[in-house]
Amino acid sequence: MFIKQLSVFVENKPGRLSEISTILEQHKIDIRALSIADTTDFGILRLIVNNPDQAEKSLKEAGFAVSLTQVIAIGIDDKPGGLAKALNLLYNANIGVEYMYAFVSRKGEKAYVILRLEDNEKAVEMFKQNGVELLECTDIYSL
Amino acid sequence: MQQNYWTPNIETAPVHEIKSLQSLRLSQTVRKVYANVAYFRNRMDEMGVTPDDIRSVDDLSKLPFTVKQDLRDNYPFGMFAVPMDEIVRIHASSGTTGKQTVVGYTQNDVDVWKEIIARALVAAGGNAKDFVHIAYGYGLFTGGLGMHYGAEAMKASVIPVSTGNTQRQIQIMLDYGSTILCSTPSYALYLGETLKEMGVDKSQLKLKAGIFGAEPWTEQMRKEIENLLGIKAYDIYGLSEVMGPGVSFECSEQTGMHINEDHFIAEIIDPETGKQLPEGEQGELVFTAITKEALPLIRYRTRDIATLTREKCSCGRTFIKMTKPCGRTDDMLIIRGVNVFPSQVESVLLSLGQTAPHYMLIVDRVDNLDTLEIQVEMSESMFSDAVRHIEEQERRIRAAVESTLGIAAKVRLVEPKSIQRSEGKAKRVIDKRKI
Repeated sequence: MFIKQLSVFVENKPGRLSEISTILEQHKIDIRALSIADTTDFGILRLIVNNPDQAEKSLKEAGFAVSLTQVIAIGIDDKPGGLAKALNLLYNANIGVEYMYAFVSRKGEKAYVILRLEDNEKAVEMFKQNGVELLECTDIYSL
Repeated sequence: MQQNYWTPNIETAPVHEIKSLQSLRLSQTVRKVYANVAYFRNRMDEMGVTPDDIRSVDDLSKLPFTVKQDLRDNYPFGMFAVPMDEIVRIHASSGTTGKQTVVGYTQNDVDVWKEIIARALVAAGGNAKDFVHIAYGYGLFTGGLGMHYGAEAMKASVIPVSTGNTQRQIQIMLDYGSTILCSTPSYALYLGETLKEMGVDKSQLKLKAGIFGAEPWTEQMRKEIENLLGIKAYDIYGLSEVMGPGVSFECSEQTGMHINEDHFIAEIIDPETGKQLPEGEQGELVFTAITKEALPLIRYRTRDIATLTREKCSCGRTFIKMTKPCGRTDDMLIIRGVNVFPSQVESVLLSLGQTAPHYMLIVDRVDNLDTLEIQVEMSESMFSDAVRHIEEQERRIRAAVESTLGIAAKVRLVEPKSIQRSEGKAKRVIDKRKI
């Protein structure tokens, strides 16, 4: 039910992102989705990859501060109102969003939203009750 | 040029008279300290020295040194030589780690302090008609209150403006007619720059002199300050453990600072061997306070590197002169007049639960103000996927660092292993200031 997201601490200086992506390339890791949260001095790169444990190991060995975080991924209709529907459910259930990012599927009907919530368990239950599609690790790693 | 002295009989006394006064006061002080400070008595007993062995300044080298760590080990009042009810004032400065170095004064100590500050003010051309503008910090730091009491003793009109709010300070200078400025030299430069920005010409000020200390400065800075403010800039030296500002002061000749030898005996030692060095050689400055009642430190190692000379001075004073300190034998930094040890930052990080923290202090001077950035390597325990958690960590470190160091600092988290590792002693400081 939960998906492993890789979070990497990145200082704001030239070449850091290219180094991280090169390391991932060397270990044949495929990136499914990514987002970056930036501040004046640093950023946090968040990645969904096909092999999170290997990616974590490789980046740690290269000296990066890395952590694996549990997030959830939901599938929504790729049309106006699709995202609003999911977020309204969260709002009504009083579950705060720490951060989120989205990507569309290759098939073109579905969009996927990665969510890091105040209470992941509660959100999973709530989404299930409301018939929202929840992705399994295997779904997303092999997308 | 007419010379002015606050205490002419002493300031121009023949050297042999000063020496015999020092010898007398030294033997009295050693006797008192031996009787009243257990720590010092034990040290002397260990070395097999008794107060009877100390008859003149030539016996000084028989005595043990005192170092900052001794004050820390006896924190807060363990080195005081009088009962607490005789203490009328307490000041403190940073210690090498979390604990401060605490110093105390009896009424007589405060009176001596006033006298030596008055000597410095008079040597800079001060008198009772002056408006002395004191832009040092007031509080536990000795700068503000030290200069304040001395200026009052000289019967000047004292303006205790303290630090900050620079535009208002300039307005006060214009409106009240400040004639003597007391501050750190970097703040004097900053005042000068602000003056320009405000469109105030230095001729509108009544300032004639400034007495600057509490941090290292260069002849280049002196010229800049003198130009910007249209004054003569004098140096003053001191440290709270020995008294505070006024241990030595500059005269009109501006070729070094006269040490108030009736109150302090100065030595230069080889910092490695502890051996006394002859006059004129560079080494670590050591002071013995021979009139202090509350905290008469014996052979206190300042860690400042300087030279002593007793050449005849055109001002007529016979007190020995010391050069500006030209470095330190430890890693202490002086940032905005505040003593900072890199180890203090380490103790803060450890107290916040970091094990083996890697950090670097980057000191710079921007627009004549010292800046401190502390780079801390991100560790696994600090890292989180949420920005606000990391920013919260930064805030916690910054608040703890500021409360420990007493100055503002920027904290920047950097990637693991991005701070250079060195073999042997870790390099903890990059000082970009040209001083």
